[in-house]
Amino acid sequence: MPDIDTSLASRPPLTAKHFASDQEPKWCPGCGDHAVLQQLKNVMPDLGVPPEDIVFISGIGCSSRLPYYLATYGVHGIHGRALPMASGLKTSRPELSVWVATGDGDALSIGGNHFIHTLRRNIDLNVVLFNNEIYGLTKGQYSPTTKVGLKTVTSPLGVIDHPFNTATLTLGAGGSFFARAMDRDGKVLRAILHRAATHRGTSLVEIYQHCPIFNNSAFEAFAGQENKDESTVYVEHDMPLVFGKFRQKGIRLDGSTPVVVDLFKGDVSESDLWIHDEKDSFKANLLARFFDDPLTVENFLPRPFGIFYAEDRLTYEDALEAQIALTQEQGEGSMEELLVGDNSYIIK
Amino acid sequence: MSEPISSTSKFTVTPKTSVSVLFAGDSGDGMQLTGTQFANTVAVYGADLNTFPNFPSEIRAPAGTVAGVSGFQLQFGSKPVYTPGARFDVMVAMNAAALKAKLKELHRGGIIIACTDGFDEKNLRLAGYKADEANPLEDGTLSNYIVFPVPVLQLTREALKDSGLSHKEIDRCKNMFILGLLYWLYSLPIDVTVEMLHAKFGKNATIAEANIRAIKAGYFFGDETEIFANLGRFDISPSKQHGTYRRVTGNEACAIGLTAAAKKAGLNLFLGSYPITPATEILQTLAKMKKFGVKTFQAEDEIAGIVSSIGAAYGGALAATNTSGPGLALKTEALGLAVMLELPLVVINVQRGGPSTGLPTKPEQSDLMMAMYGRHGDAPMPILAAHSPVDCFYTTYEASRIAIEHMTPVICLTDGYLALSSEPWKVESAENLSDINPHFSTERSPEDPPFLPYKRDERHVRPWAIPGTKGLEHRIGGLEKQHETGHVSTDPDNHELMTRLRAEKIEKIADSIPLQTIDNGPDKGDLLILGWGSSYGAIKTAVEQALEKGHSVAHAHLRYLNPFPKNLGELMGNFRQVLIPENNSGQLVHLIRDKYLFAPVSFTKVKGLPFNEMEILEKITDIIKEH
Ligand SMILES: Cc1ncc(C[n+]2csc(CCOP(=O)(O)OP(=O)(O)O)c2C)c(N)n1
Ligand code: SF4
Ligand SMILES: [Mg+2]
Repeated sequence: MPDIDTSLASRPPLTAKHFASDQEPKWCPGCGDHAVLQQLKNVMPDLGVPPEDIVFISGIGCSSRLPYYLATYGVHGIHGRALPMASGLKTSRPELSVWVATGDGDALSIGGNHFIHTLRRNIDLNVVLFNNEIYGLTKGQYSPTTKVGLKTVTSPLGVIDHPFNTATLTLGAGGSFFARAMDRDGKVLRAILHRAATHRGTSLVEIYQHCPIFNNSAFEAFAGQENKDESTVYVEHDMPLVFGKFRQKGIRLDGSTPVVVDLFKGDVSESDLWIHDEKDSFKANLLARFFDDPLTVENFLPRPFGIFYAEDRLTYEDALEAQIALTQEQGEGSMEELLVGDNSYIIK
Repeated sequence: MSEPISSTSKFTVTPKTSVSVLFAGDSGDGMQLTGTQFANTVAVYGADLNTFPNFPSEIRAPAGTVAGVSGFQLQFGSKPVYTPGARFDVMVAMNAAALKAKLKELHRGGIIIACTDGFDEKNLRLAGYKADEANPLEDGTLSNYIVFPVPVLQLTREALKDSGLSHKEIDRCKNMFILGLLYWLYSLPIDVTVEMLHAKFGKNATIAEANIRAIKAGYFFGDETEIFANLGRFDISPSKQHGTYRRVTGNEACAIGLTAAAKKAGLNLFLGSYPITPATEILQTLAKMKKFGVKTFQAEDEIAGIVSSIGAAYGGALAATNTSGPGLALKTEALGLAVMLELPLVVINVQRGGPSTGLPTKPEQSDLMMAMYGRHGDAPMPILAAHSPVDCFYTTYEASRIAIEHMTPVICLTDGYLALSSEPWKVESAENLSDINPHFSTERSPEDPPFLPYKRDERHVRPWAIPGTKGLEHRIGGLEKQHETGHVSTDPDNHELMTRLRAEKIEKIADSIPLQTIDNGPDKGDLLILGWGSSYGAIKTAVEQALEKGHSVAHAHLRYLNPFPKNLGELMGNFRQVLIPENNSGQLVHLIRDKYLFAPVSFTKVKGLPFNEMEILEKITDIIKEH
């Protein structure tokens, strides 16, 4: 096996351009996937990892086409199975930077089982989940994240399945990192992707991804400056949960119940608010439950974006390497030892 | 340490060439341990042997019932033995249920050593003997057999009364008494077991000593009692050449074969797997091989098992996955991906009775068609089959070589019978193992022409370009690829070309595998028995006997089921008829008929049981009589 050259010092500095492959993206104009690809290209040079040590693995879906457009190693696998493929690769080659591009159908429907098990194992993968609340590639069937009531080609009278909340699902499965971002919000997305890359363990980044063709209004409530200000809250470590056009609103914990408070009334101040703590799994679980639809719920809680949770936990591959090292304290077993085994006998 | 054992010489000792013994008792009677110890002694003594355990299907079946009977069968001999024996010559029955469950498999005239304490009222009822039925040991129903009723429990208690052990502990030593008696009967030394007991109970000398005393009590019982006076003792002379041996089961041999192949190729082994009977021991064995750099990944299902292995293969590991029928069914979509990606992957399928959950603990050879055709699209893949526990090593090793050198997934078929059977293996030396050469592409600089991941060599094999190699960054996937560049392509002619190239690549493997040979018998004649898989021992033994009778028969056994060895058609053409015995409804017959356009005679058995030599011999005799 070739040695891996991790020193980039001898090479010209990398830019986003270096990470563009020779293939033209085939996504529809206006598709949120373009924006995500751009931020990935932007963030790659910041990671200090040479392109040959980066691998993008995907399943099947519009979003899973992503690896073709990045000048790294990549495998476009089969529907739902990106996570196990990435897990096998990372487990056998822990020194690589392994990324996963997956859709809401790919990760949460056909790949749902792999999703939960990958998270609990905490393999060091960076998972970019493109959630457009629809099956894009197969032309508009509802997905496990589609809102109840949406009329699609397979739900002509409206969806009757209750949708998954990716955040609660991730934390419930024992995920060590969860963040949510909006495709258009370049700066935030880039910062989150960077954090995901540096987090050791499975980093789950859910991106609300616009599909103008099959689910045009999915994220309308959180898009556009007007709506966004009032319906979303951006969480940052050590900072109070404040939102609104004039930062006039906050979230306060009333026991374990989050309530929206008016900061301009004068009876509460920022210091009374919920201070976000990425390491606090209880609070992360509460935050994950902010899942109201601002269009239908009157006193809705804003939808959180940012990094909900980032826990330092031993990764699967580190634990495995440690076990291997333990058995090899006396050196690696030789072919001879392997063939003879430990129950051989000699016939004279 | 050697325990001197002296015995009086009042008994005649009859030499024998081979004998098949069954140890049967309740799951709690320690029959697996007893059988294993007997097998170890026989092995170290230098006889050839073949063992097969027979576990109850339930983990905790009610004690004393037929469902709870656990058996361990072995055949050993001064000449090579290839099966655990079609029938046993000797059966140890620790209780009535064991007798009831296994008697039909004892040779007429065979020996029954019955532990009388297991034939009391309670045990008879538990075994299903009616209240008005007499004890089978006493009512004359066993008059066609030689029965030795031995009060094993009583004698063990007697021997250990001042051992300092509790009653319960003493009673647990009764299997050692039986073991001692059998050592006496077959003139075998007791020291292998004595050594094992010392090693096992090291700190607890009292228990070790008690067990040893029970063995000796059994041994001397044979000497002292008069009941064996007419039978005498037997001796099977050791036959093995000198050398280092180990006893392996088929599943262990698969695990060692994969690890050896990885070492020889200079790769790391990765196994992605999900537990399933009877394949699980491969995962379990490899999980213990971390010392050899082996990584096992117990996945959430069979799909994740194979797909994680494909990920590891992309990263440059020797990747494997093991399963049994239902699991192989789950893996089929990913097999298609592996065919498309043209990455090395070894898929070991330990066949069991199907369809569906079928007979999970019973062997069958009914996944050949699935191995051959069970994928969407035209997705050919090499198939190999192992024919004995030891051959599982060589076949898995060869499957790995083909996977790595030809950049393809390979299916390696074994079955539940091979998986659990064991035989002695004269330990292979590393130099004798064929070289395995991975073709890794090397670094490129920006001035070099673009890297072509699907540029093939003369065998149609593409290069292995693994992450971490500078300048080879490339993207591949399950979508059809353009010839050479590997870019996504929907061009009609390209798809036809790629489909053909993928098929030819597999066919070309026939250039690098050995020609088919005749295992036994003449090159030309009346009847060829063409076998594959675990029927080897039964066919081998039957053909030996048929040849002794002067029949014009021969035996060839296929390891390579896809592609077939190049000379197979010619080889079969030298016989008037070809007989294909299979534990399925005739799957190989389909493949042979399809390829060579003639009709072999199909001989099938779909009972969840392997063939035995008597069935094959009978079939041979029938066919020959017809002419
Ligand atoms: C085994 C299998 N089943 C079904 C499909 C069809 N299929 C391809 S992509 C897809 C859904 C994609 O939705 P999502 O993962 O959300 O990706 P998006 O296209 O929305 O980015 C489906 C059902 C397939 N390719 N393979
Ligand atoms: S269908 Fe939707 S998700 Fe797919 S490329 Fe078009 S806009 Fe994007
Ligand atoms: Mg989608």
